[in-house]
Formats: sequence, C-alpha cells, structure tokens
Amino acid sequence: MENPNASGVLSRLAGLLPASRFMRGPAQLAAYESDGLTAFQVKPLAVVVPETQDEVIALVRFCHAEKLPFVARGSGTSLSGGSLPVHGGIVIALNRLNRIVRLDPGQRIAVVEPGVINTAVTLAAQPYGLHYAPDPSSQSICTIGGNVAFNSGGAHCLKYGMTSNHVLGLKAVLASGEVVEFGGASREQIGPDWTGLFVGNEGLFGVALEITLQLLPRAEKFHTVLAGYRTLEQAGDAVSAIVASGLLPGAIEIMDALALEAAVAAVHAEYPPGCEAVLIVELEGPREVVEADRVRLDAIIAASKPVEARPARDAAERLAIWKGRKSAFSAVGRLSPDFIVQDGVVPRRRLGEALRKISAWSGELGLRCANVFHAGDGNLHPLILYDGRQPDGLARAEAFAGRILKMCVEMGGSITGEHGVGVEKRDYLPAMFSADEIDCMKRVRGAFDPLGIANPGKMFPEAGAPALTQHGLHPLEKAGVISRE
Amino acid sequence: MNLASILAPTSLEELSATVRSTPRVVAVGAGTKARLTHVSADFIRISTARLSGIVEYDPSEFTFTALAGTPLREIVATLGERGQSLPFDPLLVASGATIGGTVAAGLSGPGRFRFGGLRDFILGVRFVDGEGRLLRMGGKVVKNAAGFDFPKFFVGSLGRFGVLGEITFKVFPRPATTRTLRLEAKDAAAMIKLFAEAGNSRWELDALEASPGENAVWVRLAGPAAALDVLAQEILARYPGTSLPAAAAAELWQRVGEFSWAHAGGVLAKVALTPEQVTEFSAVVRANPQARSWVSAGGNLGFISLPPGASLPSLPWPALALRGAGLLWPGVRPRFDIMRAVKVALDPLNRFPNLDD
Ligand SMILES: Cc1cc2nc3c(=O)[nH]c(=O)nc-3n(C[C@H](O)[C@H](O)[C@H](O)COP(=O)(O)OP(=O)(O)OC[C@H]3O[C@@H](n4cnc5c(N)ncnc54)[C@H](O)[C@@H]3O)c2cc1C
Repeated sequence: MENPNASGVLSRLAGLLPASRFMRGPAQLAAYESDGLTAFQVKPLAVVVPETQDEVIALVRFCHAEKLPFVARGSGTSLSGGSLPVHGGIVIALNRLNRIVRLDPGQRIAVVEPGVINTAVTLAAQPYGLHYAPDPSSQSICTIGGNVAFNSGGAHCLKYGMTSNHVLGLKAVLASGEVVEFGGASREQIGPDWTGLFVGNEGLFGVALEITLQLLPRAEKFHTVLAGYRTLEQAGDAVSAIVASGLLPGAIEIMDALALEAAVAAVHAEYPPGCEAVLIVELEGPREVVEADRVRLDAIIAASKPVEARPARDAAERLAIWKGRKSAFSAVGRLSPDFIVQDGVVPRRRLGEALRKISAWSGELGLRCANVFHAGDGNLHPLILYDGRQPDGLARAEAFAGRILKMCVEMGGSITGEHGVGVEKRDYLPAMFSADEIDCMKRVRGAFDPLGIANPGKMFPEAGAPALTQHGLHPLEKAGVISRE
Repeated sequence: MNLASILAPTSLEELSATVRSTPRVVAVGAGTKARLTHVSADFIRISTARLSGIVEYDPSEFTFTALAGTPLREIVATLGERGQSLPFDPLLVASGATIGGTVAAGLSGPGRFRFGGLRDFILGVRFVDGEGRLLRMGGKVVKNAAGFDFPKFFVGSLGRFGVLGEITFKVFPRPATTRTLRLEAKDAAAMIKLFAEAGNSRWELDALEASPGENAVWVRLAGPAAALDVLAQEILARYPGTSLPAAAAAELWQRVGEFSWAHAGGVLAKVALTPEQVTEFSAVVRANPQARSWVSAGGNLGFISLPPGASLPSLPWPALALRGAGLLWPGVRPRFDIMRAVKVALDPLNRFPNLDD
C-alpha cells in the first residue's frame, strides 16, 4: 500500500487529522511495531496521533463505521503484548493527550488525560504534600491510560491496591462509538461500579479520554530495612512472621542470589555477603506510628536470624535500597543475552513451595532463573535466562515459563498479578476460567465492542494463534531509562 | 428439591437451579436495606439465608471466602478472633446484614476513609448469571489481573445482573488501638475546611465523619497507643474538641454503623458527594425540617433520613434509597446505552429486575 490512495479507508481516515499526525511511512511505523514484548512485531496500517478528546472520539467512531480494528497506545511498555498492533488495523497513539486537566488538593483528586505519564501526576501533586500511589517500575515512562487499561500494580499493592483502587471515575469513547462518563470526583460510587469494570479491560472496551484519580497524602516517615538471609526459606519465614505480627508494611520484597548478583554488577548495590536472599521491608506513616512499629519489626527481623539487617539511616540509604531492587530485572538481563519475564501469583503461604519447584525445574531444564518478587502479595516475577542462539533455547524457556504459570493456577493463584493477559497469556486464560466464564467475559466485551474492533486478538485464546513470549530488554531499559519489576 | 429449598437454596448448585427454574427472580439477604428488593410482585424472591458460612479463611493470606448469605456479624467475629478486620467497616452488622447484600448495595462504613471502600477489598465472586450459569470471576489471592474485573462491577449492582453466591475479600490486620475525637464545626464551611486540612495532614486518619445537625466532626485514629496519644494531642491543640472515652466512642461508632441516628422505619438514602458539595447537602437537609443527615468519608458520602411516609426531595447528586417507599434513585443518574447492553449480556432473558425497578 505504497500509494496513499490505495485504500479508500485510509485516505478517508487521513482526512480526519493534519498530515503531520497521520503516519504511514515504514520508518514512522517502525517505532510502533511492538511493545514491551519485544520479540513480536506487527506493522499497523497507519498510526494516528490525536491531540484532543474530540479527535479521539471522531477516530473511534470512524473505526466503528468502517469496521477498522484499532489499538490504543500509551507508551508501549506493556509486557504482555497489550499494545502490539493488530494486522489490518491502526494504532491510536495517545501521548499527546497529556494534559492534567485539574488538580484539586482540597479534595485530593487529579483529573488527567490518558497520555499523562504516571510520575507526572505525583510531580504535580507534590507541592501539596500529595502523591499518586500506584508505582509500576515503568512509572517514569508509562501512561495513566495504559495503567488504567492494565490495572497496573507496583511495589505497594498489598497496602494500597492497584490502579483500579485509585481511579474514581473516567470518561471514555467505547468501541461502539458511545461516549460515556462513569463515576466522578466522589470517592463513593452509586449503582454498579462501571468504573471498576472498565479498569483492567486491556484496551478491549474503548479508549479512556479523561481519568479522575485519587491522591493520597505523602507519608511523613519511612523505615526501610534490608535483611540478608542464608536461605530463601529463611527470608520467606521472616515474611510469614511479619504478616502474622499484625504489622501492615507498605512493601515486602524479596530478591534471590542471582538477582542480587545482577544488581551488584549493574548498580554496584551492596548486600550482606553469603546471602541467598535479601528481604526489603518498608513501614510508612506518621513518625510516631513508624517509631512504634519499627521496634516490633526490628525485633521480628532479629528473631528471624538474618546474616545481617541494615535499616536505612536516611533518605539516601533508602533510595539506594530501592535502586538496587528496581534495577534488578534489567540488571539480570545483562547476565544473559535473552530472558523471559514471568508474572504470576501464588497464595503467600505457598511461596516457599513455589520457589522450590522453580529451582528444581531450573536444574532439570538447565536454565538459570532469577527471582525478584512482591512477597507480601505472593506476586512472583521469575526471570528465565536462556540463550536464543541455541536451537531449543527459547522452546525450553517457554516450557519453563508455562510450568510456572500452571503451577500458579494449581496453587489457587493467578496467571497474572499486574502485567495483564494481552497476547502473551491468552492461551492460559482457560487454565483459570471455564468456557462459560470466558463466554461471559466475551459477551460483556461484545456489549462494549459489538464489532470486535478494539484490540482484537488480545486476552482471549484464539485457535491457531502462535504462543508468544517476552525475551530481551525493552529498548528503553537498554538505554537505562526504565527498569522492571 | 422441595419448595423450601427452591426459595432458600442451600448450595451454589441449588442456587443456580433455582434461578433457572424461575422466570423472574430477585435475591434477598436479611432485608436490612429493603428498598433495594422492593420490586413488583411477579419476582420470586430467593433468600440467601441458608447459603451461609465462611468457606475459607487463612489469616496469613489476608483473605477469606464466604457464602453470600453469611451474616456480617459472623465474619466480623471470626476475623476479630485472629486480629483482622474488613477495614471499610461494613454497616448494619448488629442489624443482621449479610455480606452478599452489603456487596450488592455497595455499602461501606466510616473506615472507608483510610484504605478505600468495599470495592477496594473485594477480590472474587461466584455468581449465577441470567441463564443460571454458576460463574467464578476475579480470584482468591490478594493480587490478580486476569480477566475483566467483574467483582468490582457487582459492588452496587443490586442483584440486577446476577445473584451473588460466594465472595472473596482481602482483609487487613486490625490496628492495635483507636482514638476518637469530637471536633467542633460551626457550619458547613468549617466542616469542609476541616475535611481538607485533616485529610491532607500527616495524621493518616482512620475515619472522618460529621453530623451537620450537631455541628460536629468525628476523627478516628488507629494504630499503636503511644503514637495515637501524641497525634490526638496535636489535633486537639489545633481544633477545639474533646477526646471521647472508650465507651462513648463505641457508642458513637455503633450509632453510625447501625444508622441509629436515622428515623426508625423511615426513609434512608445514600448520596455520593464531593467534600465541597457538603454545603449544599446541608442546605437541602435544613430545608426539610424533618430530615436528618450524616456525612461520611471526609465529605464523600452523605446519608439522609426522613420519617416513615415522607418522601425524599429530588437530589442533585447520584443517590440510592436503601429504605422506605419512593424512588430507588432519588438523585441524578447518568444513563448510557452500554448499561443496557451489559444487562443484556449478563441477563439476556431479563430474569432479574432492571436497574430502574
Ligand atoms: C521495564 C518495565 C517495567 C514494568 N514494570 C511494571 C510494574 O512494576 N508493574 C506493572 O503493573 N507493570 C509494569 N510494566 C508493564 C507496563 O509498564 C504497564 O502495563 C503499563 O501500564 C503500560 O503503560 P503504557 O502507557 O506503556 O501502555 P501501552 O503499553 O501503550 O498500552 C497498554 C495497554 O493499554 C491500552 N491503552 C493504552 N492507553 C489506553 C487508553 N487511553 N484507553 C484504553 N486503552 C488504552 C493499550 O491498547 C494496551 O492494551 C513494566 C514494563 C516495563 C517495560
């Protein structure tokens, strides 16, 4: 389709926007061919870059009228192929809808357009002592629209929940062409929670145009402890003891030996020597509360017999602890030419068992696996290292990843805690949900998108579709712009 | 299956069989929010009374799963024995409300101020759709992003899209102690100022409630005792008020939780507000000499009550009547085609009442 007039649809589409914001050239399209699931590329027919909500509405209505598939796109950091273009479809790039429409410190809310970057919300709220709680590791680059579509998480989910718990309302243009407003500025909802249903739809319902977020006061004080343990088991036992104590830490994270090795190499993080696991626990709140709670936490950690426990003495030490933690994944990527990142959830009490299985499979398959995880949530992020140049390298790694996901389901957990189903895990959805349940989801999807034009081919299994996986670093990670959790 | 079990199924399988066997059905719990199931007489009422009990509870997971008809009282007691709670303070516990009815009504209590409402703690549901299929959505672990978030959608769904059979929740450890302070707020403007200042403060309040009729704002702190003493002093140094003795505090939270401030047997509605709308809300209430009101969640939620037989004025905010005759939706209600389309998707035979009923 070299000739812009080759396709009537595309030339009519081009009429909706100035030429500079309608892209068809191969070089222009290349930047949109894949997302964080970098192994896969699909060339879209065109990329359109609206600047106003009205333009988005017109584009979606056009797609509806023409039965033209579209994929909404924020920053393209989805790790499950959520923003991978679809064959014969267009990409609606939303980065230029990046206005913070309103920030009301008295009511602690921000109303933003979908292209606003996650950290930009907190930056705007900071002068008022407020912040936006969800903190995916990609937060310096990913958009609120992407976060809403994927119900993204981060390191603080046990206490503060996911994106959905912070979205009070939204305006969207549905794939049917209807413009809707769900919820509002109140923290209370009346009637069915339409906002809650929309968040996490993975781009299958339509395009979010304006999102009302709740902001929280910034905690006055933090107490962050890093404790090293001889064995992973001991670190896991410490987590159980903390959870049983009645404390509610803001974050409980674990890194295993391989992840530690990588963080040491990458950001010169320093950990107690001879440890197979490091536990990071953070308390936060008013200083008097944190002072009282830290006495209890320190006692629990001391009783758990760590090799060494290091409380951060100041903000710089706290940041260093988090830097090591947040760099771990991209750091692991440097140990190996290729890797697969997995995201699964097991009940917390079965974490030890899950890790033992992963370690046994690692030996059996001859593949190294680093573990960095949100221990408080039972959210595992195993990173499987392999060499794609070996003939069966990728296949073995995929088999390993598949075993882990099946294990998560068998243990009563989930195939995804925060990265979503996308294309990557669509074949695993039936492991968690029955045919009737998937049918029910499809019917609801059909209500929002009767023609099946919004991000088709995602979330639901499709016969004959290739199984996909993620391997390798996101280009932005290679550049050191973002890191992965 | 005998008639009694048809009207009060004892298992989820019976629940789905019951739904399949009746052309028009509405599920009822303990009837503490009677307006929600006050639908036309041709609806067969399915009671969840015998669909009761906690089916799974592992304190170390911070989760439990209970059948829809389980009384909140049982849940609160069971969690309490293990030092845990539902942080949003479910309402009408002593009155006998069930967990299923609480989800369907979308009701959260004062504790919703700190960590969010019921919607922020629901993790999974099993429900029967309009075709009588027993379906499971969401998950049983504290974190899960697989599939659409039906559990949240069912919060406030009033049994119009499906019958809830079983629900999984996230819970938190219960704070060691609480302190309740009563602060003065001479008018709505003072109240709103207090909501903003206290809500943005370093104190991390557990609850922030107000009674416009009493010119009072109540603040609850939760955490280690020694810390709360200091925070309470700081708050009282800034605002005129008093610290409530434990018995008085317990009495207050009971009054809020059971709506004993409201008219017995009267009309009761909940209203979604923003803090700045509290001025107008108070004015609407004052304009009706019989009306009583309560403001919850730092001005995000209002309740309005009228004596039996009285009817609510039409309200300029989203609102839902919980008790009394009169409109189910006394406030503004946006309507979109998608709402109808989702109803058709989940209940193609129109077995459950419509949202308008
Ligand atoms: C290095 C790295 C670290 C990461 N860390 C985390 C983490 O800690 N936690 C976590 O949860 N995720 C993490 N992710 C995954 C990813 O960042 C999140 O899923 C993020 O929310 C995607 O945002 P985005 O703007 O890049 O969206 P995109 O990738 O562009 O899009 C994601 C999905 O959202 C849809 N979408 C985008 N905008 C809209 C809109 N306005 N309306 C409707 N649908 C829309 C797209 O169609 C697509 O399906 C990480 C990714 C990387 C690369």
